Amino acid sequence: MTSPHTDNPFATFDPPVTIPVLPETDVSYAVHVSSVGRLLLASAGGHLVMCAYAVDESADEAHLRRMAGAVSPRILRHPSRLDEARRQVDDYLEGKRQVFDLAAELAVASPFQREVLRGLERTAYGSTTTYGALAAAIDHPGAARAVGTALGANPLCLVLPCHRVLPSTGRVGGHVGGYAGGPGAKAALLELEAS
Amino acid sequence: MTRPPFQALVDAHWRDVARLAHALAGPSDGDDVAQQAWVQALAAYPRADPRNIRSWLFTITRNCAMDVHRRTRRTTPHDDPTSLSGAHSVGPPSTCALPEGPDTKLWQRVSALPERQREAVVLKYVADLDHREIASILATTPAMSRRLVSDALATLRMTQEPR
Repeated sequence: MTSPHTDNPFATFDPPVTIPVLPETDVSYAVHVSSVGRLLLASAGGHLVMCAYAVDESADEAHLRRMAGAVSPRILRHPSRLDEARRQVDDYLEGKRQVFDLAAELAVASPFQREVLRGLERTAYGSTTTYGALAAAIDHPGAARAVGTALGANPLCLVLPCHRVLPSTGRVGGHVGGYAGGPGAKAALLELEAS
Repeated sequence: MTRPPFQALVDAHWRDVARLAHALAGPSDGDDVAQQAWVQALAAYPRADPRNIRSWLFTITRNCAMDVHRRTRRTTPHDDPTSLSGAHSVGPPSTCALPEGPDTKLWQRVSALPERQREAVVLKYVADLDHREIASILATTPAMSRRLVSDALATLRMTQEPR
């Protein structure tokens, strides 16, 4: 009896293989290393649907799975599709831009998250609000904690400025509250906008 | 059940799909078959069964290779079945204009196999599938898959060059 290994006629088979080139599909994404952290950006149907902090590839995977469920599993890395968004993010972080001029869509958010994140539009560049004040502004007084959770799941960081929302204690002792990109990134953004 | 992002499939399986395409369609059509398979998989992905993605991708690759064989058969000028040994259900694609290497010689022997035997032996040894999976892709039984593979191995052993 011969072992399957000696029998394998393809044991030395080593064809020259090339990576497939695929057309643009439902969701395109890119990873962008910015001055405040590594970001995963994605667009669907010409709209930016994600700009989220992703420390590493397993964080990428979690974001991509979230989009696979909420938008479409047809997701491919097509960095050029995100060039304009990446440029605007860099401009913003260099203080050259205060408002994003991008078609963005809250495709990856629950109805409550949408309500909270839309409420951010009232907080302009350079100003801040609190979790409690934002909860009251969207007619959910007392829901500061739920508002904080919804902001933590912001799929459009920077573009929808969840970093402008602080604990009601203010910035006492440099405490700026939680942030998906870490408290250091939040403090850096607040400083950028204050200068 | 949510399907993983398609990019994860490409990253995990593109090498295996390419190898299978080359083994089934030969050096001149391998790249083309792999590329077509990915385009078709992308289009069909929302309807795919997420429980066995690998097997699903291999099925698409095998079907694309079969399409290429059929096209080649239609366009081959001397495609007279009586002129062949009779073992070929489909004429093997050409190996022209490719440098002679160990893979070219292997392809000459593999492409001379009857189509079903060629598919079964490639799915077994290149795609590393078991007989149950091969049977499902070739729409046959595991017992028949086992027989196709052993017949193919016997033929390949006979045509093997002396070492």
